[in-house]
Amino acid sequence: MAVDAQAPARGFYEAKFRTCPETGLKVCAQAEALIKANAVVAVVFLAVGGFFGLLVALTRWPAVHLLPADWFYLLLTAHGADVLLFWIIFFEMAVLYFASAILLNCRLAAPKFAWLGFILMLVGAIVANVAVLQGESSVMFTSYVPMQAAPHFYLGLILFAVGALIGCFVFFGTLVIAKEEGTYQGSIPLVTFGAVTAAIIAVFTIASGAIILIPTFLWSVGYISHIDPLMYKVVWWAMGHSSQQINVSAQVAIWYAIAAMLLGAKPLSEKVSRMAFLMYILFLQLASAHHLLVEPGISSEWKIFNTSYALYLAVLGSMIHGMSIPGAMEAAQRKRGLTNGAFEWLRKAPWGNPAFSGTVFSIGIFGFLGGISGVVMGTEQLNLIMHNTLYVPGHFHATVVGGTTLAFMAITYLLVPLIFRKEIMLKKVAQWQPYVFGIGIAGISLFMMGAGTLGVSRRHWDIGFSDAAMSFDYPAMAFAMMTMNGIAGVLATVGGLMFVIVIVLSVFFGKPRTPEAIAATPTLGAGGEVVAQAGSETHPKLPGTIILVAVFLVAFVLYYYVNWKYLSEIWPLS
Amino acid sequence: MAILPPENRLWWKEPLSGTEIVWIAVAFVWGLVMFGTMVSWHFVGKQNLSNEAYRIDPAVYAELTEAQAEKYKVRMEGNLDVPVSHPPPGSDVYMLGRLWEWWPVLELEKDQTYRLHLSSVDWQHGFSLQPQNINLQIHPGYDMVLTIKPDKAGEYAVVCNEFCGIGHHTMVGKIYVVDKK
Repeated sequence: MAVDAQAPARGFYEAKFRTCPETGLKVCAQAEALIKANAVVAVVFLAVGGFFGLLVALTRWPAVHLLPADWFYLLLTAHGADVLLFWIIFFEMAVLYFASAILLNCRLAAPKFAWLGFILMLVGAIVANVAVLQGESSVMFTSYVPMQAAPHFYLGLILFAVGALIGCFVFFGTLVIAKEEGTYQGSIPLVTFGAVTAAIIAVFTIASGAIILIPTFLWSVGYISHIDPLMYKVVWWAMGHSSQQINVSAQVAIWYAIAAMLLGAKPLSEKVSRMAFLMYILFLQLASAHHLLVEPGISSEWKIFNTSYALYLAVLGSMIHGMSIPGAMEAAQRKRGLTNGAFEWLRKAPWGNPAFSGTVFSIGIFGFLGGISGVVMGTEQLNLIMHNTLYVPGHFHATVVGGTTLAFMAITYLLVPLIFRKEIMLKKVAQWQPYVFGIGIAGISLFMMGAGTLGVSRRHWDIGFSDAAMSFDYPAMAFAMMTMNGIAGVLATVGGLMFVIVIVLSVFFGKPRTPEAIAATPTLGAGGEVVAQAGSETHPKLPGTIILVAVFLVAFVLYYYVNWKYLSEIWPLS
Repeated sequence: MAILPPENRLWWKEPLSGTEIVWIAVAFVWGLVMFGTMVSWHFVGKQNLSNEAYRIDPAVYAELTEAQAEKYKVRMEGNLDVPVSHPPPGSDVYMLGRLWEWWPVLELEKDQTYRLHLSSVDWQHGFSLQPQNINLQIHPGYDMVLTIKPDKAGEYAVVCNEFCGIGHHTMVGKIYVVDKK
């Protein structure tokens, strides 16, 4: 039932399109403007929050110990909000608009509402930052009651969430329009399917956030006398951890997108990949239970069912993507003739393209460091030897920074030429950026997990306890870990700065993409068209991918049981 | 390609390759093994939380703790104004977290069993027993009870590992484990 795509007669705005010279897709001007605005603001928050992160890392470097205690706790709160929430969700809005309007050849639904959402998010993010920087809201990202922040801290987060919710509904509306106007044939692309997953989880997340943040705001202004701290944690984490599942879904969608755009990779099986996304929708949110494994008064049955995401079905989803994406790359490369040995397809991949190297590091760091540690830490009993130690930030820097942030950086290298239509400047810097950032983040994650295994507390200004009445000496190795964490933090900051400089210069001062440049250096990988025609039905052999996933599984099993060994050595308790 | 609609409109009817089926099966079985490990540790492992907990008024909890600390006080900790409490083996032992101390200092006997009560009288705190590395979340209004059996003598620190305000990094308590007298 194809209707005229412009359709102003039905009371909608008159959509303006251009045709993309590189992909042939119709690009809605409103969607493009919104993608630009969200991406630019996202990068600003990444820069600000990343800078705060550097100051935090330098303070936890024992020999440097940069900030005084009050500033440390203040900036740690700001760091969490700016990068974990604002950078990532602004960028996810750009991803949602890209995966709907652009990939589906469609006009964006209700762009005025989309702008309203954008403004609410921006105002909310600024208000929350002001609240934190005023010094009365150093409550950490988690803001556990009965510790109280200034009312406008909660208000800022609520405004931000409402704005993000509007963005989700604009995304859903765009899908409806695309279906109704027949702007694509058959089923939506897999990347869009991943974005749908992210948006559905986002609605759940924001609803949970409303359920807990609105009463907390009312409590902070005195209309509610008491909020139960355990109830707060249960509901807060339905938002706090679920928001990370938005990231997982968005980042996996981006992995598929970049594999397709650079290598022409086709999913090994649409059915399997979509089923894996469906498992995210059904089971991933149960992971909120990971935060409640050593709380008083929660039954083991509840913990085991939820922390296993219902028999690890969501982990199964991730493990499927973990094979499907490298498998798709290998299949595409082999079809291109790179068939020698198990790994010629990988060796001769475009490692000099930051979009590719960024994606590979994102998959590797997310899977090996973030994924395995997440499952281990989220095991009912093992959480006893990890809860609230530096192991926790070690884990989530692997997932959210190594995984999500690096994936978002990687696709930005494609968005700049395709959406901003600018040449990437400082190509050499861009080429090395994912390596520097990736190594830095892998270091941060490993050293924090190492320190956490040795018992070092997270969110702690002074593990030397110099002002404490009673004292304790962490092992010398723990201090060495914190020093190396500081060095890795500096390296990651350099990598982050390289990204921000390249992107800001390219967007604002880059040369426009000319038809000659597009012909000479196409953004989409050469040969992609040809490979794309080959289907999964031929089922190529994938020895390289089989070796990679086997290594992953062995690492997973060994590390899992090493931690049970550690657990068995502590005091018996029941 | 993943950024385009599937070429085969009946994509859900495409057959799966053997490689994928095997990997899915292996990953699923591994999930079951991990699930089973958690469950079976409740039967064969010695480190499981009882999840026994009671709602309690923080003021009442503070009274209980103070009464016990007074009753079983054996000495003061160093030159500090903190009592060291040595309750009898097998008994209920109370420790509380507050801004910014774990109170009182406990002295326990090796290889004896105690019912350790933990709660906060103000904000949330983190009970991090070092160098054992046992970590628990402590809430105001909830009395968390765990049965512990310290199996190594020595001096242990209780570090607060839940952020609790500007003095958080000074919040350290002590538990001594001594050989049976």
